[in-house]
Amino acid sequence: MIYADSAATTRMSETALAAMIDCIRSDSGNPSSLYAYGQRAKERLEQARADIAAVIGAKPREITFTSGGSEADNQALRSAAILGLRQGKKHIVSTAFEHHAVLHTLKRLEQEGFEVTLLDVHEDGLVRPEEVEKALRPDTCLVSVMYANNEIGTIQPIAEIGRICRAHGVRFHTDAVQAVGHLPIDVAAENIDLLSASAHKFHGPKGVGFLYARQGTPLTPLIEGGAQENGRRAGTENTPGIVAMAAALKERAASLAEDAAAVTALRDRLIAGLETIPHGALNGDRVKRLPGNVSFCFEGIEGESLLLLLDQKGICASSGSACTSGSLDPSHVLLAIGRVHDVAHGSLRLTLDTDITEADVDTMISAVSETVAYLRSFSPVWRDLREGRIPHIL
Amino acid sequence: MALYSEKVMDHFLHPRNVGVIEDADGVGEVGNAKCGDIMKMYLKIDDGVIADVKFETFGCGSAIASSSMATELIKGKPVSEAMKLTNQAVAEALDGLPAYKMHCSVLAEEAIQAALADYEQKSGSEQNSGKSEG
Repeated sequence: MIYADSAATTRMSETALAAMIDCIRSDSGNPSSLYAYGQRAKERLEQARADIAAVIGAKPREITFTSGGSEADNQALRSAAILGLRQGKKHIVSTAFEHHAVLHTLKRLEQEGFEVTLLDVHEDGLVRPEEVEKALRPDTCLVSVMYANNEIGTIQPIAEIGRICRAHGVRFHTDAVQAVGHLPIDVAAENIDLLSASAHKFHGPKGVGFLYARQGTPLTPLIEGGAQENGRRAGTENTPGIVAMAAALKERAASLAEDAAAVTALRDRLIAGLETIPHGALNGDRVKRLPGNVSFCFEGIEGESLLLLLDQKGICASSGSACTSGSLDPSHVLLAIGRVHDVAHGSLRLTLDTDITEADVDTMISAVSETVAYLRSFSPVWRDLREGRIPHIL
Repeated sequence: MALYSEKVMDHFLHPRNVGVIEDADGVGEVGNAKCGDIMKMYLKIDDGVIADVKFETFGCGSAIASSSMATELIKGKPVSEAMKLTNQAVAEALDGLPAYKMHCSVLAEEAIQAALADYEQKSGSEQNSGKSEG
Protein backbone atom coordinates (compact mmCIF):
# COMPACT_ATOMS: atom_id res chain seq x y z
CA MET A 1 0.00 0.00 0.00
CA ILE A 2 1.17 3.52 -0.79
CA TYR A 3 -0.24 5.93 1.78
CA ALA A 4 -0.42 9.32 0.06
CA ASP A 5 -2.95 11.02 2.31
CA SER A 6 -0.80 12.32 5.15
CA ALA A 7 -2.72 15.63 5.13
CA ALA A 8 -5.74 13.59 6.26
CA THR A 9 -3.85 11.89 9.04
CA THR A 10 -0.54 10.25 9.84
CA ARG A 11 0.38 7.11 11.69
CA MET A 12 1.79 7.58 15.19
CA SER A 13 5.57 7.46 15.26
CA GLU A 14 7.23 4.72 17.29
CA THR A 15 8.62 7.41 19.59
CA ALA A 16 5.16 8.84 20.21
CA LEU A 17 3.67 5.40 20.72
CA ALA A 18 6.41 4.46 23.20
CA ALA A 19 5.88 7.72 25.11
CA MET A 20 2.15 7.10 25.25
CA ILE A 21 2.47 3.53 26.48
CA ASP A 22 5.07 4.51 29.05
CA CYS A 23 2.83 7.29 30.34
CA ILE A 24 -0.15 4.92 30.61
CA ARG A 25 1.96 2.26 32.37
CA SER A 26 3.97 4.43 34.72
CA ASP A 27 2.20 7.74 35.23
CA SER A 28 -1.53 7.16 35.06
CA GLY A 29 -2.36 9.44 37.95
CA ASN A 30 -4.58 12.48 37.75
CA PRO A 31 -2.38 15.57 37.26
CA SER A 32 -4.68 17.49 39.60
CA SER A 33 -4.10 15.09 42.53
CA LEU A 34 -1.74 16.32 45.19
CA TYR A 35 -0.02 13.04 46.09
CA ALA A 36 3.28 12.16 44.42
CA TYR A 37 1.71 9.71 41.95
CA GLY A 38 -0.57 12.43 40.59
CA GLN A 39 2.21 15.00 40.64
CA ARG A 40 4.38 12.74 38.47
CA ALA A 41 1.64 12.87 35.82
CA LYS A 42 1.54 16.65 36.30
CA GLU A 43 5.30 16.82 35.69
CA ARG A 44 4.96 14.89 32.46
CA LEU A 45 2.14 17.17 31.38
CA GLU A 46 4.20 20.28 32.08
CA GLN A 47 7.27 18.82 30.37
CA ALA A 48 5.11 18.20 27.28
CA ARG A 49 3.87 21.78 27.44
CA ALA A 50 7.43 23.11 27.64
CA ASP A 51 8.60 20.87 24.77
CA ILE A 52 5.78 22.00 22.51
CA ALA A 53 6.23 25.65 23.41
CA ALA A 54 9.95 25.43 22.59
CA VAL A 55 9.24 24.12 19.08
CA ILE A 56 7.11 27.16 18.12
CA GLY A 57 8.97 29.81 20.13
CA ALA A 58 6.25 30.22 22.77
CA LYS A 59 6.24 30.24 26.56
CA PRO A 60 4.90 27.06 28.18
CA ARG A 61 2.02 28.88 29.86
CA GLU A 62 0.86 30.07 26.44
CA ILE A 63 0.02 26.49 25.40
CA THR A 64 -3.44 25.05 26.13
CA PHE A 65 -4.15 21.42 25.35
CA THR A 66 -7.31 20.65 23.39
CA SER A 67 -9.03 17.70 21.76
CA GLY A 68 -7.55 18.67 18.41
CA GLY A 69 -7.39 21.31 15.70
CA SER A 70 -11.13 21.93 15.40
CA GLU A 71 -11.52 22.65 19.10
CA ALA A 72 -8.46 24.91 19.03
CA ASP A 73 -9.89 26.86 16.06
CA ASN A 74 -13.28 27.19 17.75
CA GLN A 75 -11.78 28.40 21.00
CA ALA A 76 -9.35 30.80 19.33
CA LEU A 77 -12.04 32.53 17.28
CA ARG A 78 -14.61 32.60 20.03
CA SER A 79 -12.12 33.97 22.59
CA ALA A 80 -10.93 36.72 20.24
CA ALA A 81 -14.54 37.59 19.41
CA ILE A 82 -15.41 37.93 23.09
CA LEU A 83 -12.37 40.17 23.65
CA GLY A 84 -13.45 42.24 20.66
CA LEU A 85 -16.99 42.54 21.90
CA ARG A 86 -15.76 44.05 25.18
CA GLN A 87 -14.26 46.90 23.15
CA GLY A 88 -17.28 47.15 20.86
CA LYS A 89 -15.31 45.63 17.96
CA LYS A 90 -17.37 43.21 15.91
CA HIS A 91 -15.51 42.80 12.64
CA ILE A 92 -13.39 39.78 11.67
CA VAL A 93 -11.19 39.30 8.60
CA SER A 94 -10.51 35.81 7.29
CA THR A 95 -10.22 34.00 3.95
CA ALA A 96 -12.54 32.09 1.64
CA PHE A 97 -10.57 28.84 1.83
CA GLU A 98 -10.21 28.31 5.58
CA HIS A 99 -10.97 24.93 7.11
CA HIS A 100 -14.62 24.42 8.06
CA ALA A 101 -13.64 24.54 11.74
CA VAL A 102 -12.91 28.23 11.11
CA LEU A 103 -15.57 28.99 8.47
CA HIS A 104 -18.42 27.42 10.41
CA THR A 105 -17.39 29.17 13.63
CA LEU A 106 -17.33 32.46 11.71
CA LYS A 107 -20.82 31.69 10.33
CA ARG A 108 -22.00 31.21 13.90
CA LEU A 109 -20.38 34.46 15.00
CA GLU A 110 -22.12 36.24 12.13
CA GLN A 111 -25.45 34.96 13.43
CA GLU A 112 -24.44 36.43 16.77
CA GLY A 113 -23.93 39.88 15.22
CA PHE A 114 -20.32 39.86 14.04
CA GLU A 115 -19.38 41.02 10.57
CA VAL A 116 -16.97 38.83 8.62
CA THR A 117 -14.89 39.80 5.58
CA LEU A 118 -13.55 36.82 3.64
CA LEU A 119 -10.51 37.70 1.54
CA ASP A 120 -9.89 36.44 -1.98
CA VAL A 121 -7.15 33.83 -2.20
CA HIS A 122 -6.50 34.38 -5.92
CA GLU A 123 -5.69 31.74 -8.54
CA ASP A 124 -2.40 30.85 -6.88
CA GLY A 125 -4.08 30.16 -3.54
CA LEU A 126 -2.22 32.96 -1.75
CA VAL A 127 -3.61 35.74 0.42
CA ARG A 128 -2.18 39.19 -0.37
CA PRO A 129 -0.92 40.98 2.78
CA GLU A 130 -1.88 44.38 1.34
CA GLU A 131 -5.46 43.12 0.96
CA VAL A 132 -5.45 42.11 4.62
CA GLU A 133 -4.36 45.62 5.52
CA LYS A 134 -7.04 47.17 3.30
CA ALA A 135 -9.72 45.02 4.90
CA LEU A 136 -8.90 46.22 8.44
CA ARG A 137 -11.39 48.62 10.03
CA PRO A 138 -11.38 50.48 13.32
CA ASP A 139 -13.78 47.81 14.63
CA THR A 140 -11.74 44.80 13.44
CA CYS A 141 -11.01 42.54 16.41
CA LEU A 142 -9.43 39.56 14.66
CA VAL A 143 -7.64 38.39 11.53
CA SER A 144 -7.63 34.63 10.96
CA VAL A 145 -5.57 33.23 8.08
CA MET A 146 -4.50 29.62 7.86
CA TYR A 147 -0.76 28.93 7.84
CA ALA A 148 -0.98 26.44 4.97
CA ASN A 149 -4.05 25.21 3.13
CA ASN A 150 -5.09 21.63 3.75
CA GLU A 151 -6.22 20.88 0.20
CA ILE A 152 -3.86 22.75 -2.09
CA GLY A 153 -0.95 23.16 0.34
CA THR A 154 -0.26 26.85 -0.32
CA ILE A 155 1.77 28.53 2.45
CA GLN A 156 0.45 31.96 3.35
CA PRO A 157 2.60 35.06 4.01
CA ILE A 158 2.09 34.70 7.75
CA ALA A 159 4.98 36.90 8.93
CA GLU A 160 3.83 39.80 6.72
CA ILE A 161 0.22 39.44 7.85
CA GLY A 162 1.41 39.22 11.46
CA ARG A 163 3.39 42.43 11.08
CA ILE A 164 0.38 44.26 9.65
CA CYS A 165 -1.92 43.02 12.42
CA ARG A 166 0.57 43.99 15.10
CA ALA A 167 1.00 47.47 13.60
CA HIS A 168 -2.79 47.95 13.68
CA GLY A 169 -3.27 46.40 17.11
CA VAL A 170 -5.50 43.61 15.75
CA ARG A 171 -5.25 40.06 17.10
CA PHE A 172 -3.97 37.48 14.61
CA HIS A 173 -4.97 33.81 14.61
CA THR A 174 -3.57 31.16 12.31
CA ASP A 175 -4.90 27.65 11.81
CA ALA A 176 -1.53 25.90 11.57
CA VAL A 177 -2.88 22.34 11.58
CA GLN A 178 -1.10 21.50 8.30
CA ALA A 179 2.04 23.44 9.15
CA VAL A 180 3.10 22.45 12.66
CA GLY A 181 5.71 19.71 12.45
CA HIS A 182 6.19 20.41 8.73
CA LEU A 183 7.37 24.02 8.57
CA PRO A 184 9.52 26.10 10.92
CA ILE A 185 7.23 28.32 13.01
CA ASP A 186 8.17 31.10 15.39
CA VAL A 187 5.11 32.72 16.95
CA ALA A 188 7.17 35.58 18.37
CA ALA A 189 8.97 36.50 15.15
CA GLU A 190 5.82 36.06 13.08
CA ASN A 191 3.63 38.11 15.45
CA ILE A 192 1.09 35.32 15.86
CA ASP A 193 -1.32 35.78 18.78
CA LEU A 194 -3.29 32.56 18.43
CA LEU A 195 -2.29 29.32 16.71
CA SER A 196 -4.12 26.01 16.39
CA ALA A 197 -2.48 22.61 15.92
CA SER A 198 -3.46 18.96 15.79
CA ALA A 199 -1.21 16.07 16.88
CA HIS A 200 -2.29 13.45 14.34
CA LYS A 201 -1.05 15.59 11.46
CA PHE A 202 2.53 15.21 12.70
CA HIS A 203 2.60 11.55 13.76
CA GLY A 204 1.03 12.12 17.14
CA PRO A 205 -2.22 10.54 18.31
CA LYS A 206 -5.73 11.48 17.18
CA GLY A 207 -7.97 13.42 19.55
CA VAL A 208 -5.23 15.73 20.86
CA GLY A 209 -4.13 19.18 19.82
CA PHE A 210 -3.11 22.49 21.26
CA LEU A 211 -3.92 26.15 21.12
CA TYR A 212 -1.19 28.73 21.54
CA ALA A 213 -2.47 32.02 22.92
CA ARG A 214 -0.02 34.86 23.44
CA GLN A 215 0.16 36.24 26.95
CA GLY A 216 -2.45 39.00 27.09
CA THR A 217 -4.93 37.05 24.98
CA PRO A 218 -7.12 35.41 27.61
CA LEU A 219 -9.02 32.36 26.38
CA THR A 220 -12.68 31.70 27.05
CA PRO A 221 -13.33 28.07 27.93
CA LEU A 222 -15.60 26.12 25.59
CA ILE A 223 -15.89 23.40 28.20
CA GLU A 224 -16.90 24.48 31.70
CA GLY A 225 -15.93 22.58 34.82
CA GLY A 226 -12.73 22.23 36.80
CA ALA A 227 -9.76 24.56 36.75
CA GLN A 228 -7.53 22.43 34.52
CA GLU A 229 -5.38 24.19 31.93
CA ASN A 230 -5.35 27.36 34.04
CA GLY A 231 -9.11 27.55 33.75
CA ARG A 232 -9.01 27.59 29.96
CA ARG A 233 -10.33 24.08 29.43
CA ALA A 234 -12.06 21.94 32.01
CA GLY A 235 -11.72 18.17 32.19
CA THR A 236 -8.95 15.83 33.29
CA GLU A 237 -6.10 16.15 30.81
CA ASN A 238 -5.48 13.39 28.27
CA THR A 239 -1.97 12.93 29.67
CA PRO A 240 -0.89 9.95 27.50
CA GLY A 241 -2.12 11.69 24.36
CA ILE A 242 -0.47 14.98 25.27
CA VAL A 243 2.84 13.31 26.18
CA ALA A 244 2.75 11.41 22.87
CA MET A 245 1.96 14.64 20.96
CA ALA A 246 4.98 16.36 22.50
CA ALA A 247 7.23 13.38 21.71
CA ALA A 248 6.03 13.34 18.09
CA LEU A 249 6.54 17.07 17.64
CA LYS A 250 9.99 17.08 19.23
CA GLU A 251 11.01 14.26 16.91
CA ARG A 252 9.66 16.04 13.83
CA ALA A 253 11.27 19.33 14.80
CA ALA A 254 14.69 17.69 15.16
CA SER A 255 14.77 16.73 11.47
CA LEU A 256 12.42 19.35 10.04
CA ALA A 257 14.76 20.85 7.43
CA GLU A 258 16.13 17.51 6.12
CA ASP A 259 12.66 15.97 5.98
CA ALA A 260 11.24 18.99 4.19
CA ALA A 261 14.03 18.92 1.60
CA ALA A 262 13.60 15.19 0.95
CA VAL A 263 9.81 15.35 0.72
CA THR A 264 9.93 18.48 -1.47
CA ALA A 265 12.10 16.59 -3.99
CA LEU A 266 9.55 13.76 -4.08
CA ARG A 267 6.71 16.26 -4.42
CA ASP A 268 8.34 17.98 -7.38
CA ARG A 269 9.02 14.63 -9.05
CA LEU A 270 5.36 13.71 -8.65
CA ILE A 271 4.17 17.10 -9.92
CA ALA A 272 6.44 16.82 -12.98
CA GLY A 273 5.13 13.31 -13.67
CA LEU A 274 1.47 14.26 -13.33
CA GLU A 275 1.97 17.30 -15.54
CA THR A 276 2.57 14.95 -18.47
CA ILE A 277 -1.14 14.04 -18.32
CA PRO A 278 -2.88 16.26 -20.89
CA HIS A 279 -5.54 18.73 -19.78
CA GLY A 280 -4.70 18.62 -16.12
CA ALA A 281 -3.28 21.36 -13.91
CA LEU A 282 -1.59 21.80 -10.56
CA ASN A 283 -3.73 23.61 -7.99
CA GLY A 284 -2.02 26.38 -6.05
CA ASP A 285 1.37 28.04 -6.17
CA ARG A 286 4.21 25.76 -7.24
CA VAL A 287 6.84 27.06 -4.81
CA LYS A 288 4.98 28.44 -1.78
CA ARG A 289 3.46 25.07 -0.94
CA LEU A 290 3.82 22.42 1.73
CA PRO A 291 6.68 20.00 1.12
CA GLY A 292 4.34 17.03 0.67
CA ASN A 293 1.31 18.53 -1.10
CA VAL A 294 0.38 17.63 -4.66
CA SER A 295 -3.06 18.75 -5.84
CA PHE A 296 -4.33 18.47 -9.42
CA CYS A 297 -7.50 18.88 -11.42
CA PHE A 298 -8.06 16.73 -14.50
CA GLU A 299 -10.68 17.54 -17.10
CA GLY A 300 -13.32 15.02 -18.12
CA ILE A 301 -13.22 12.80 -15.04
CA GLU A 302 -14.76 12.75 -11.58
CA GLY A 303 -12.62 12.48 -8.46
CA GLU A 304 -14.42 9.77 -6.50
CA SER A 305 -14.16 7.18 -9.25
CA LEU A 306 -10.48 8.09 -9.60
CA LEU A 307 -9.94 7.52 -5.85
CA LEU A 308 -11.77 4.18 -5.86
CA LEU A 309 -9.67 2.91 -8.77
CA LEU A 310 -6.44 4.15 -7.16
CA ASP A 311 -7.50 2.35 -3.98
CA GLN A 312 -7.78 -0.84 -6.06
CA LYS A 313 -4.14 -0.25 -7.05
CA GLY A 314 -3.16 0.15 -3.40
CA ILE A 315 -2.88 3.95 -3.40
CA CYS A 316 -4.61 6.00 -0.67
CA ALA A 317 -5.46 9.47 -2.00
CA SER A 318 -8.17 12.09 -1.57
CA SER A 319 -10.23 14.47 -3.67
CA GLY A 320 -12.21 17.67 -3.34
CA SER A 321 -14.95 16.25 -5.53
CA ALA A 322 -18.54 16.68 -4.38
CA CYS A 323 -19.12 12.93 -4.39
CA THR A 324 -16.50 12.41 -1.71
CA SER A 325 -18.04 14.96 0.62
CA GLY A 326 -21.67 13.93 0.46
CA SER A 327 -22.69 17.36 -0.80
CA LEU A 328 -23.46 18.53 -4.32
CA ASP A 329 -20.75 21.15 -4.40
CA PRO A 330 -17.09 20.43 -4.92
CA SER A 331 -14.48 21.72 -2.48
CA HIS A 332 -14.86 25.35 -1.41
CA VAL A 333 -11.07 25.62 -1.64
CA LEU A 334 -10.96 24.75 -5.33
CA LEU A 335 -13.89 27.08 -6.03
CA ALA A 336 -12.08 29.83 -4.07
CA ILE A 337 -9.04 29.63 -6.37
CA GLY A 338 -11.35 29.98 -9.35
CA ARG A 339 -11.68 26.39 -10.52
CA VAL A 340 -15.11 26.01 -12.14
CA HIS A 341 -17.40 23.23 -10.89
CA ASP A 342 -16.82 20.99 -13.93
CA VAL A 343 -13.07 20.99 -13.31
CA ALA A 344 -13.17 20.97 -9.50
CA HIS A 345 -15.05 17.64 -9.59
CA GLY A 346 -11.97 16.08 -11.19
CA SER A 347 -9.56 16.86 -8.38
CA LEU A 348 -6.93 14.66 -6.81
CA ARG A 349 -4.82 15.32 -3.69
CA LEU A 350 -1.75 13.26 -2.93
CA THR A 351 0.05 14.25 0.27
CA LEU A 352 3.46 12.74 0.86
CA ASP A 353 5.53 12.10 3.93
CA THR A 354 9.04 10.85 4.64
CA ASP A 355 8.08 7.19 4.21
CA ILE A 356 7.34 7.67 0.49
CA THR A 357 10.07 6.52 -1.91
CA GLU A 358 10.96 7.57 -5.45
CA ALA A 359 9.64 4.21 -6.61
CA ASP A 360 6.31 4.98 -4.89
CA VAL A 361 6.19 8.30 -6.72
CA ASP A 362 6.79 6.61 -10.07
CA THR A 363 4.13 4.00 -9.29
CA MET A 364 1.68 6.81 -8.51
CA ILE A 365 2.49 8.66 -11.73
CA SER A 366 1.74 5.58 -13.86
CA ALA A 367 -1.32 4.63 -11.83
CA VAL A 368 -2.87 8.11 -12.05
CA SER A 369 -2.03 8.45 -15.77
CA GLU A 370 -3.58 5.07 -16.59
CA THR A 371 -6.66 5.65 -14.45
CA VAL A 372 -7.36 9.12 -15.81
CA ALA A 373 -7.03 7.76 -19.37
CA TYR A 374 -9.33 4.83 -18.55
CA LEU A 375 -12.05 7.04 -17.02
CA ARG A 376 -11.80 9.45 -19.94
CA SER A 377 -12.27 6.53 -22.38
CA PHE A 378 -15.96 6.35 -21.48
CA SER A 379 -16.60 9.87 -20.23
CA PRO A 380 -19.17 11.79 -22.32
CA VAL A 381 -17.59 15.03 -21.07
CA TRP A 382 -14.19 13.99 -22.38
CA ARG A 383 -15.77 13.03 -25.72
CA ASP A 384 -17.34 16.50 -25.99
CA LEU A 385 -14.00 18.11 -25.11
CA ARG A 386 -12.05 15.96 -27.54
CA GLU A 387 -14.50 16.46 -30.37
CA GLY A 388 -14.54 20.22 -29.81
CA ARG A 389 -18.17 20.55 -28.69
CA ILE A 390 -17.04 22.20 -25.47
CA PRO A 391 -13.79 24.12 -25.01
CA HIS A 392 -10.93 22.90 -22.84
CA ILE A 393 -10.38 24.95 -19.70
CA LEU A 394 -7.14 23.28 -18.62
CA MET B 1 -17.82 -0.93 6.60
CA ALA B 2 -17.28 -0.52 2.90
CA LEU B 3 -18.67 2.54 1.17
CA TYR B 4 -20.46 0.46 -1.47
CA SER B 5 -22.00 -3.02 -1.74
CA GLU B 6 -20.04 -5.75 -3.52
CA LYS B 7 -22.49 -5.49 -6.42
CA VAL B 8 -21.81 -1.77 -6.83
CA MET B 9 -18.06 -2.36 -6.71
CA ASP B 10 -18.37 -5.19 -9.25
CA HIS B 11 -20.28 -3.01 -11.70
CA PHE B 12 -17.96 -0.06 -11.06
CA LEU B 13 -14.78 -2.07 -11.55
CA HIS B 14 -16.15 -4.16 -14.43
CA PRO B 15 -18.81 -1.99 -16.04
CA ARG B 16 -21.01 -3.83 -18.56
CA ASN B 17 -21.95 -2.37 -21.94
CA VAL B 18 -19.47 0.50 -21.91
CA GLY B 19 -19.07 2.39 -25.15
CA VAL B 20 -20.87 3.96 -28.05
CA ILE B 21 -23.30 2.70 -30.71
CA GLU B 22 -22.49 4.73 -33.81
CA ASP B 23 -25.81 4.09 -35.60
CA ALA B 24 -27.93 4.15 -32.46
CA ASP B 25 -31.71 4.25 -32.80
CA GLY B 26 -32.03 6.29 -29.63
CA VAL B 27 -29.55 8.41 -27.64
CA GLY B 28 -30.22 10.04 -24.27
CA GLU B 29 -27.96 12.28 -22.19
CA VAL B 30 -28.83 13.55 -18.71
CA GLY B 31 -27.11 15.37 -15.86
CA ASN B 32 -24.53 18.12 -16.11
CA ALA B 33 -20.84 18.44 -15.41
CA LYS B 34 -21.47 21.22 -12.89
CA CYS B 35 -23.15 18.71 -10.57
CA GLY B 36 -20.54 16.08 -11.30
CA ASP B 37 -22.61 13.47 -13.15
CA ILE B 38 -23.40 12.98 -16.84
CA MET B 39 -24.82 9.78 -18.32
CA LYS B 40 -25.24 9.06 -22.00
CA MET B 41 -27.15 5.99 -23.22
CA TYR B 42 -27.17 4.55 -26.74
CA LEU B 43 -29.90 2.08 -27.84
CA LYS B 44 -30.12 -0.28 -30.82
CA ILE B 45 -33.67 -1.48 -31.25
CA ASP B 46 -34.88 -4.35 -33.45
CA ASP B 47 -38.56 -5.26 -33.70
CA GLY B 48 -39.41 -3.39 -30.53
CA VAL B 49 -36.69 -5.16 -28.55
CA ILE B 50 -33.54 -3.58 -27.12
CA ALA B 51 -30.99 -5.48 -29.16
CA ASP B 52 -28.02 -3.54 -27.82
CA VAL B 53 -27.31 -0.81 -25.30
CA LYS B 54 -24.11 1.08 -24.48
CA PHE B 55 -23.30 3.85 -22.04
CA GLU B 56 -20.76 6.57 -21.34
CA THR B 57 -20.65 8.11 -17.88
CA PHE B 58 -18.80 10.95 -16.23
CA GLY B 59 -19.33 10.55 -12.51
CA CYS B 60 -18.59 8.82 -9.26
CA GLY B 61 -18.41 5.09 -8.57
CA SER B 62 -22.12 4.70 -7.99
CA ALA B 63 -22.96 6.68 -11.15
CA ILE B 64 -20.86 4.30 -13.23
CA ALA B 65 -22.28 1.24 -11.45
CA SER B 66 -25.87 2.53 -11.84
CA SER B 67 -25.35 3.09 -15.58
CA SER B 68 -23.90 -0.39 -15.98
CA MET B 69 -26.74 -2.05 -14.04
CA ALA B 70 -29.41 -0.09 -15.89
CA THR B 71 -28.07 -1.32 -19.24
CA GLU B 72 -28.09 -4.92 -17.99
CA LEU B 73 -31.68 -4.59 -16.78
CA ILE B 74 -33.02 -3.50 -20.18
CA LYS B 75 -30.81 -5.39 -22.64
CA GLY B 76 -32.85 -7.91 -24.63
CA LYS B 77 -36.11 -6.59 -23.14
CA PRO B 78 -39.04 -5.19 -25.13
CA VAL B 79 -39.16 -1.39 -25.30
CA SER B 80 -42.48 -1.45 -23.44
CA GLU B 81 -40.76 -3.20 -20.51
CA ALA B 82 -37.70 -0.94 -20.58
CA MET B 83 -39.98 2.07 -20.27
CA LYS B 84 -41.06 0.77 -16.87
CA LEU B 85 -37.49 0.78 -15.50
CA THR B 86 -37.34 2.69 -12.21
CA ASN B 87 -34.44 4.01 -10.18
CA GLN B 88 -35.60 1.75 -7.34
CA ALA B 89 -35.11 -1.29 -9.57
CA VAL B 90 -31.58 -0.13 -10.43
CA ALA B 91 -30.70 0.53 -6.78
CA GLU B 92 -32.18 -2.78 -5.62
CA ALA B 93 -30.33 -4.73 -8.29
CA LEU B 94 -27.13 -3.14 -6.94
CA ASP B 95 -28.00 -4.33 -3.39
CA GLY B 96 -28.66 -0.74 -2.38
CA LEU B 97 -26.87 2.60 -2.61
CA PRO B 98 -25.95 5.02 0.19
CA ALA B 99 -28.81 7.53 0.69
CA TYR B 100 -26.84 10.46 -0.72
CA LYS B 101 -26.04 8.42 -3.84
CA MET B 102 -29.61 7.53 -4.73
CA HIS B 103 -29.65 10.37 -7.27
CA CYS B 104 -27.22 8.26 -9.36
CA SER B 105 -29.91 5.61 -9.83
CA VAL B 106 -32.41 8.37 -10.68
CA LEU B 107 -30.00 9.63 -13.31
CA ALA B 108 -29.67 6.11 -14.77
CA GLU B 109 -33.45 5.79 -15.04
CA GLU B 110 -33.67 9.24 -16.65
CA ALA B 111 -30.90 8.44 -19.13
CA ILE B 112 -32.68 5.26 -20.28
CA GLN B 113 -36.00 7.10 -20.52
CA ALA B 114 -34.36 9.94 -22.49
CA ALA B 115 -32.84 7.44 -24.95
CA LEU B 116 -36.22 5.68 -25.34
CA ALA B 117 -37.97 9.01 -25.89
CA ASP B 118 -35.38 9.86 -28.54
CA TYR B 119 -36.04 6.48 -30.20
CA GLU B 120 -39.82 7.03 -30.12
CA GLN B 121 -39.40 10.47 -31.65
CA LYS B 122 -36.99 9.26 -34.35
CA SER B 123 -39.03 6.22 -35.28
CA GLY B 124 -42.16 8.36 -35.33
CA SER B 125 -40.59 10.92 -37.65
CA GLU B 126 -39.12 8.13 -39.83
CA GLN B 127 -42.60 6.68 -40.29
CA ASN B 128 -43.86 10.16 -41.12
CA SER B 129 -41.08 10.82 -43.60
CA GLY B 130 -41.65 7.33 -45.07
CA LYS B 131 -45.30 8.23 -45.59
CA SER B 132 -44.53 11.56 -47.19
CA GLU B 133 -42.03 9.93 -49.55
CA GLY B 134 -44.47 7.16 -50.41
